[in-house]
Amino acid sequence: MDYFIELLFSGLTRGSIYALIALGYTMVYGIIGLINFAHGEIYMIGAFTAFIVATVLSIYGFPLLAIVVVAGVAATVWSSAYGYTIEKIAYKPLRHAPRLSPLISAIGMSIFLQNYVLLAQTSDFLPFPELIPEFAFMEPVAHIVGSSDLVILVTTTIIMLILTFVIKFTRIGKAMRATAQDRTMAMLVGINVNNIISATFIIGSALAAIGGLLIASHIGQINFYIGFIAGIKAFTAAVLGGIGSIPGAVLGSLILGLTESFATGYISSDYEDVFAFSLLVLILIFKPSGLLGKAETQKV
Amino acid sequence: MFSYKEIKKTALISLWFVFLTFPIMVIKVDPIERIVRWRWDNAIYVGVGIFFTRFLIEYLKDRNNKRQAAKRSANKESQPIIHSIIANPKQRNIVIVVLLSTAFIFPFIFSTYQTNIMITALMYVVLGLGLNIVVGMAGLLDLGFVAFYAVGAYSYALLNYHFGLGFWAVLPIGGCLAGLAGLILGFPVLRLRGDYLAIVTLGFGEIIRLVLENWNDFSMGPSGISNIDRPGFFGIELSLNGSIMYLYYIMIVLMIITIFIVNRLQDSRLGRAWIALREDEIACQAMGIDKRKTKLVAFSLGAFWAGIVGVIFAAKTTFINPASFTFLESAIILSIVVLGGMGSIIGVIMGAFILILLPEYLRAFSEYRMLVFGGILVAMMVFRPQGLISNIRRTYTFNKDQ
Repeated sequence: MDYFIELLFSGLTRGSIYALIALGYTMVYGIIGLINFAHGEIYMIGAFTAFIVATVLSIYGFPLLAIVVVAGVAATVWSSAYGYTIEKIAYKPLRHAPRLSPLISAIGMSIFLQNYVLLAQTSDFLPFPELIPEFAFMEPVAHIVGSSDLVILVTTTIIMLILTFVIKFTRIGKAMRATAQDRTMAMLVGINVNNIISATFIIGSALAAIGGLLIASHIGQINFYIGFIAGIKAFTAAVLGGIGSIPGAVLGSLILGLTESFATGYISSDYEDVFAFSLLVLILIFKPSGLLGKAETQKV
Repeated sequence: MFSYKEIKKTALISLWFVFLTFPIMVIKVDPIERIVRWRWDNAIYVGVGIFFTRFLIEYLKDRNNKRQAAKRSANKESQPIIHSIIANPKQRNIVIVVLLSTAFIFPFIFSTYQTNIMITALMYVVLGLGLNIVVGMAGLLDLGFVAFYAVGAYSYALLNYHFGLGFWAVLPIGGCLAGLAGLILGFPVLRLRGDYLAIVTLGFGEIIRLVLENWNDFSMGPSGISNIDRPGFFGIELSLNGSIMYLYYIMIVLMIITIFIVNRLQDSRLGRAWIALREDEIACQAMGIDKRKTKLVAFSLGAFWAGIVGVIFAAKTTFINPASFTFLESAIILSIVVLGGMGSIIGVIMGAFILILLPEYLRAFSEYRMLVFGGILVAMMVFRPQGLISNIRRTYTFNKDQ
C-alpha cells in the first residue's frame, strides 16, 4: 500500500510539473493555433538560469531563502524574455504564412536554443543545488512523500489558482479569451492583439520557468537536453486534455503523470518514455480533440 | 537607412540581446570546484554581432524591396539561371554530361577519405529526395523520417547477422519493410491535421529508437550490431578502398534512379494529386481525389527511399546502434529539404551538398553545425520560404502578339 501511495504522489508531482509546461502550449495554441515547439527549450532555459543564479549565490554565501527567491525571479524573468523574443523573431513574421511554416520555424528555434545552451555552457549533466530543504514535520512520512513533492504540489496548486483568476476576471485575461475566440473580432473591439499574443507567450514562459526550477531541484540535475523530452510530454498532456483548453491541460497532465508513474512502478522503467509517446499516438488517433477540447469544424 | 533613429533602434535591440543572453553566455559556474567565471567578452561579441546582423538584414530587406519594385515596373519575369538551363535542352544535356563525368572520375582523383564524405552527402541527397516526396510534394510534415531509415538499417543488420543474407538481397527487402512501416504508421495517423501529424510522426520516431535501445534480445540494445557485411561484388572480395569506391558508384546509380523516378512522379497523375492535396485538401477531395490513398502512397514511398538508404548506411559503416537514429537526424534531413526549397528536386540536391559538405570542410565550425541548422530553419521560413531554388510550377502563358 505504501508503494502505491508513493507512486501516486510521484505521479501527481510529475503531473503538476507537466501541467506547468502544458499550460504554455495550450495557451499559445488557443490564441494563435501554433504548436510552440520551442516551449520545452524555454523550460530548459528557465532551469539553467535558475541553476546558474543559484550556484553563483551559493558560492558567494547567500542564505537559502534569498537564493530560492532570487533564482526563482531570475528564471521567470529570463524565460519570459526568451519567450517574448522568440515570438517576435520566429513567429510574428509568419502569422499569415501557410500552416507548416511557423511549425518548421519553431522546430528550428528549438534546435537553435538547445545548441546555444550546449555551446555556451556544457553538455554534461550539472548537479542542481538543493533549494528545497527537508522539512521536520514531514519526517514520519518521508519514505513515502518527500518534502520537495509537497512543495511542488502546493506551489503548482497556488499558481493554477492565480492563473485561473487572471484568465477569468482580469482585463488581460478577458482580452486573451476574446483573442482566442476570434482574432479579427477582438481587433475590432479595440484589443491590441499583438500585445495580447506577447502577453500569452510571457505568461506561458514564466509558468514553464517555474516548472523548470521545481523539477530541477526535485531531480537534482540538469543538462541542455531536458527540454526536448519534457516538451514532448507536456505537449502530450495538453493534447490529451484537449489542446486550447486550460482545465484540459491540467487534467491531461495529471493523467499522464499518474500513468507514467504507475507504468514505470509496476511494469518496467526501461520504457518510461515509450508510454508517453504511445499515449500521445493513441489519443491523436482515437480522440484528436482530447478529453475536454472542442472538435474543430472547418468551414469552406 | 543610417538615420539616427535606425541606429538608436538597432542599439537598443543589441542591448536587449545582451541582457537576454547574459546568464547563459556570460556566467559559467563550476558547481563542483565552486568557481564562477565571468566571460564579459561574450557579452560584447553578442552586442556587436547583433548590431551588425540587424543592419545587414535591414539592408538586404531594403535591397530586395527595391528590386521587387523594379521588377514590377519592368513587368517581366526574370528566371534564375538554373531554371533557364533546365528549360534549354541543349544546355541541360551539356551540364548533365559534365556532372556525370565529374561524378564518375571523382574517386580516382580524390582520396578515399573524400570519397567517403561524398558517399555520406549522396546518402543525404537520396534521403532528402525521399522526404521531399512527403513534405515538399504532399505537404505532410514528417518529423520521424529517421525511423524508416532505422528500419532499413536494422533490417539489413539483423537479416545479415541471423541469416547471412547479402546486401543485394536485403536492399529491396529493407526498402519494402520501411515502406510497410510507413503504411502501418500512415494508416491511422493520416487523417490528422498537419501539425498533429508532425508530432505523431516525431513520437513514432522516438518510439522506434527507444524500442531499439531497450529491446536487447531483438536489437542488441545500445551497444548495437557490428561486423555487418559490406556489399558483395559478384562474390569477389574487395579491398577496403575498393569497397568504398564500389559503394560510391552504387550511391551514384541510386541517386540517378531516385532523381529519375521522383522527377517522373512529379509530373504524373499521382504527383499532381499530391500537389493539389498540399494546396487545398477540401478542393482536392471535391475533384474526386482519394485523399487517404494519395497520402498513404506519399508516406510509404518516402519511407521506401529512407529504408533503401538505411540499408546502404548499415553496409557503409558496418556498425549501427540506436544513437545514429535520433530526432536530430530527422531535423537535418528536414533542414536539407527546407533549405533547398520544398518540392524542388535540384534544390534538395543543392541543400544536401551544402549542409553535409560544408561542415565537413569547415572543421573549425563543425561544433556549430546544429546551431546553424536550427538558425537556417528559422531564417528560411522568415526570409525565403520557397527555399534556395524554388520549385517552378508548369504554367502556360498566352501571348496575344503571336
